[in-house]
Amino acid sequence: MKEEHIKEILLKILSRIAPEADLESLGPEENLRRTLDIDSFDALNFFVALHEELGVEIPEADYGQLNSIGDMVRYLAARVG
Amino acid sequence: MAEFRMPSLGADMEAGTVIEWKVKPGDHVKRGDIIAVVDTEKAAVEIEVFEDGIIEKILVETGMKVPVGTVLAIIRPEEVPAGPRDLRERVPEASGAPVTLSTPSSRPPHAPHPMDLHGLPARSVKAGAERVKVSPYARRLAAELSVDLTALGGTGPEGTIRAADVERAATGRTIAGKLPVPPAGEKVAGQVPPEARPVAGDRREGMRRAIAAAMSRSNREIPHYYVQTRIDMSGALRWLEAENQKRSIEQRLLPVVLPLKAVALALREVPELNAYWMDDRHRPQEAVNIGFAIALRGGGLIAPALLQVDIKSLDNLMEDLRDLITRTRAGRLRSSELTAATITVTHLGDLGVEMVFGVIYPPQVALVGFGKIMEQPWAERGMLAVRPVLTATLAADHRATDGRRGARFLDAVNDYLQEPAKL
Repeated sequence: MKEEHIKEILLKILSRIAPEADLESLGPEENLRRTLDIDSFDALNFFVALHEELGVEIPEADYGQLNSIGDMVRYLAARVG
Repeated sequence: MAEFRMPSLGADMEAGTVIEWKVKPGDHVKRGDIIAVVDTEKAAVEIEVFEDGIIEKILVETGMKVPVGTVLAIIRPEEVPAGPRDLRERVPEASGAPVTLSTPSSRPPHAPHPMDLHGLPARSVKAGAERVKVSPYARRLAAELSVDLTALGGTGPEGTIRAADVERAATGRTIAGKLPVPPAGEKVAGQVPPEARPVAGDRREGMRRAIAAAMSRSNREIPHYYVQTRIDMSGALRWLEAENQKRSIEQRLLPVVLPLKAVALALREVPELNAYWMDDRHRPQEAVNIGFAIALRGGGLIAPALLQVDIKSLDNLMEDLRDLITRTRAGRLRSSELTAATITVTHLGDLGVEMVFGVIYPPQVALVGFGKIMEQPWAERGMLAVRPVLTATLAADHRATDGRRGARFLDAVNDYLQEPAKL
C-alpha cells in the first residue's frame, strides 16, 4: 500500500477523533498526543479504527514508538501488503 | 396526576432549556424512558421519566428556558390498582424540586416515611407470591420513591432487595445494570431545532460558570483534608499486559479501569466515603456510583457516573467507560448519569502530572485523584529498585470523615492493586 494512501486513512480517522483540529497544518513529525490533545481513550479508539480500516492489529508494546503521523506511516507501510 | 418537572442535574444547575420532546400528548411512557432532551449550561442531557403513564399535556415548549422544578408536562397514570399509587400521592413533594432519588440536592430534608405512617410497602411485600427479603434501607427508600417492591428482583444474598435495586428501579435501570446504547452515529445536532442550539461560545462560557458555581460552593462549604500514597503498579501492569495480549484490540483494557475498580472495592471497607453531606448530616450511599471526570474537547469537564462499579467485571467496566466517554463527548448523557455519582475519580495520568489534589463535588464527600504512572526509585526491604509508581490522592470532607479513615481507604486501594487478578 502506498504511503500516501496510509496517510490519508490516518488523517481520516484523526478527523473523527479530534474534529476541531486543523489537520492540514499538522507536521509529519509532530507529537499527536500533545498537539491534538489525544488521551489514552482517544488513542485506543484510534488503534481500533486503524484495525478496522487496515486490518493491522498493533500490539500494545508498540504504542510507545507511534507518536507522529510519520512514525505511523513508516510502521504501517512495513506491515500492510 | 403526576407532574414531570425540570430536574436538577447537579449542584450547579439552576435552569434548563427544553430542546426536544421525544413524546407527544397521548403517548404511553414507562419508567426509565427518555422523554425529553434538556440543555443545561454544561451539556444536552436525555431526561428519563420516573413513572409509567400517559402524557396528558406538555406545558413547556421546545426552546424555552425554565428554572429547575418547573412543571414540564403532566403524566396521567395508567389504569392500575391503587396501593403504591396512593402512596405516591401522599409523599410530600419538595417545594419546586422534583422528587427523585437521583437528585440528592433536592431531596426533602426530613421526608416522613410513608411506610411508617401507613405500612404500605410492608403490605405490598406480603401480597407477593413469596416472601421477599428487603434490606431496611431499601424498604425506606422504596417508600420514599414509591417503588413497588413486589415487582423487583433483588441482587443481594438470597435475592434480597438492596437499596441499589430500588434506586435502579426508580431510575428505570434494568436489573442487568447494562446501559442501553443509543444507535451509533446518531448526532444530537440533527435533532435540535436550530434556534435552540446554543453556539459553541455560549456553551463554553456557560460551562465555566457552572463549574465556577459548584467549585466555589465546595471551597466555601467543605473543609477539605488531603492524604496521599504511592502505589507500586508493577504487578498490576504485568497482569494487564498479559491480559491484553490475550485480547483483540477492541477488548483491550485501559490501565485506568484497575484503579477505578480498586476504588470501588476499597469503598466497601470505608463506606463512609461513599456518601453525601446534606442538611448537616452525613448520608452514606449503598450503590457505588463513581463520577468519572471527563475532559471535553474545547475545554470544561463533566463527571458522569459509572454505575455500581463495585459489582462490575473489568470487562463490563471498560465497556461502560467507553460508552460513557463516547456519549459525554457526543453530548448524549442521560439525566440519571449526571446525578447518581456518590464519589468522583479524576485521572490526569495522560497528561504527565504526578498527582492531583481535587476539589470535592458537592454533595459528595470525597474525590480520588490519580496521576501518571511513572518510573520512580522504590525502596523495599533495604533495596533500591525502579518501579512504575501511581500516586493516589484523596480529598475528603472533614465533616464526614477523619484523616485516619481516609488513610485506611488509600491503603485498601493499594492492597487491591497488588492483587489485580481479584479485581
